[in-house]
Amino acid sequence: MRIKLEKRREPSMAMLVVTPVVSVLVTMLIGIVVFDLLGIDGFKAVTDIFITPLITSYKWQDVAVKAAPLIIIALGLSVANRAQVWNIGAEGQYIVGALCATGVGLAFGTMGGPVVVTLMVAAGVIGGAAWAAVPAGLRTRFSVNEILSSLMLTYVAGHALSYLVGGPWKDPEGRNFPVTAPLVDSQTLPVLGTSTVHLGVLVAVILPFVFWYLMSRSVFGFQVRVVGSAPNAARHGGFDGKQTIWLAMIISGGMAGLAGALEFTGVLHKMDLGFASGYGFTAIIVCFLGRLNPIGCLIAGIVLAVTYVGGQMAQTSVKIPSSTAGIFQAMMLFLILASDILVRYRIKLVKGAVA
Amino acid sequence: MSAEFIILAIITIVGLTTPILLAGIGELVVEKAGVLNLGVEGMMLMGAISGFAVTVMTFNPWVGILGAAAGGAAASMLFAVFVLQLNSNQVATGLALTIFGPGLSSLLGVGFTGRIVMPFGSLFPASLAKDPIWQLFFGYSPIVYFALIMVPLTAWFLKSTRAGLILRAVGENDLSAHSIGYSVRKVRYGAIAFGGAMAGIGGAYFSMVITPMWAEEMTAGRGWIALALVVFAGWRMGRLLIGAYFFGILMALELYAKAAGFSFLPSQFWAAMPYVMTVVALTFISARGTAGSNAPACLGKPFLPST
Repeated sequence: MRIKLEKRREPSMAMLVVTPVVSVLVTMLIGIVVFDLLGIDGFKAVTDIFITPLITSYKWQDVAVKAAPLIIIALGLSVANRAQVWNIGAEGQYIVGALCATGVGLAFGTMGGPVVVTLMVAAGVIGGAAWAAVPAGLRTRFSVNEILSSLMLTYVAGHALSYLVGGPWKDPEGRNFPVTAPLVDSQTLPVLGTSTVHLGVLVAVILPFVFWYLMSRSVFGFQVRVVGSAPNAARHGGFDGKQTIWLAMIISGGMAGLAGALEFTGVLHKMDLGFASGYGFTAIIVCFLGRLNPIGCLIAGIVLAVTYVGGQMAQTSVKIPSSTAGIFQAMMLFLILASDILVRYRIKLVKGAVA
Repeated sequence: MSAEFIILAIITIVGLTTPILLAGIGELVVEKAGVLNLGVEGMMLMGAISGFAVTVMTFNPWVGILGAAAGGAAASMLFAVFVLQLNSNQVATGLALTIFGPGLSSLLGVGFTGRIVMPFGSLFPASLAKDPIWQLFFGYSPIVYFALIMVPLTAWFLKSTRAGLILRAVGENDLSAHSIGYSVRKVRYGAIAFGGAMAGIGGAYFSMVITPMWAEEMTAGRGWIALALVVFAGWRMGRLLIGAYFFGILMALELYAKAAGFSFLPSQFWAAMPYVMTVVALTFISARGTAGSNAPACLGKPFLPST
């Protein structure tokens, strides 16, 4: 008996939907086994990480707040990845977006209100897009690999954050800690009742449907998909590859900047070194787990947010290090990438010797 | 600037260069075989924790180095199985390894946080390196000499040996290499394992020589600089060495900016310099259009034989 792969004429829709679910389940199974081998109650650890946040109502707001930036960044990245543009510097664009929002907020002093907050968020979008425009320009003009340039700029953004919060933007009443002064209430996003759920969460719920419409119903969505899957055909069809790279980078950068600005104005209200929390990298997993589909990103964003919240809970309940959630997240990405083969190929068992 | 200062600066530069040089040598071989493994950072961290853990357990840094190589290679095999066996996307799988490495290394490192080993210091007896000038040649960890020896050795392997020729053939045209009977997968497994081992040793330089202790995410993005270095070098070993030292000098600038009277600019400016210069250097290399000419033709593409 041996395994034979047969290429499908069209990618299997069923597999496209089933494999992410299976990937999450297999990740949980592996987790149980590995934890038991490490001498930790595996079943408890895995249920704490993957299930408890979902069935504990007071944790829902944490999940929603964590999911929002992941979903928003992943939406942008899914557009870029569909066009085969690899923006892995979303973390940097997220930081720059928040810094731009901070700058606008500081410029208005104690002035606030919806207009100022809108300007702050808009500055975040523009900042993120501008940060992503650098790799876009370098790629289209000088054919510089955008993977490396966008990632390098993430480190630059991190150092810019460190400089600004430790220097010019440092809170004069902050006991010399590298942190900005907290935003005045009128410069923050409104929240739902007494919860921590801010307006950005609503944005994260609505945007996937906007993106779904754009990607599946507009010429732009068609252009992105064609340039990504069949560059030669796209050229014949008159779609400009360079223009697509620009759009892909600007959209993904703008979304990351938006996420950063919303996180700052909606959750943290002040900037410090801890702002670079890795959402920009986790969002890469979200967009693959969501199969580069906007609605998929919405669901996958919630799944990853659950592992963040659950990971924190498991830290105290079964005494596992905080990094464990990261391992599970990476494992999901590995499995989803591996399962791609099931989407594109049919697996057949053939009798007989190995050819 | 005194002579001592210059000597001290050179020793610092050598130390900063060694990890990215090692990881860069490994990645160059991987890419020559036609595989793009973006997981260098993850493999370096796995090497850093494995090397440190083995040293703590065996009290022998030489065994520790083997542990680092094994740790990096093991991490790379995870990537290899997915990419070579399941034809998963190389860019995304490499990113997965980059995310996986910090997580797993932190988990493994829990029991080793706060512990210290004797730094894997000078290869030569201290008496030989007493004089500052002699220290310049004999004052380094064995890993430094290993890295410097590996540059010509790997270059010779790629250029002049039969195995090196096969490896390059697999990277240039996998289907032709396959049709004349070479196992593309086996060659690539070998190359990826070598890349992982070298990245692992590079990572261990942080945990066994520089600090010498374990800290989460201690490689701080150097794996990515190593990746940029390969492009910067145009896939040539000689230029890789030059490039590595160029980046080493840039990284040293941050440490010496104050001493050298550059304090009119914030320290973060100097810290960001290597990353900015990487982008600038890549731009110059790419704009000249010569970078692509030496790139392996099958780089990053899946191997899909018809039979």
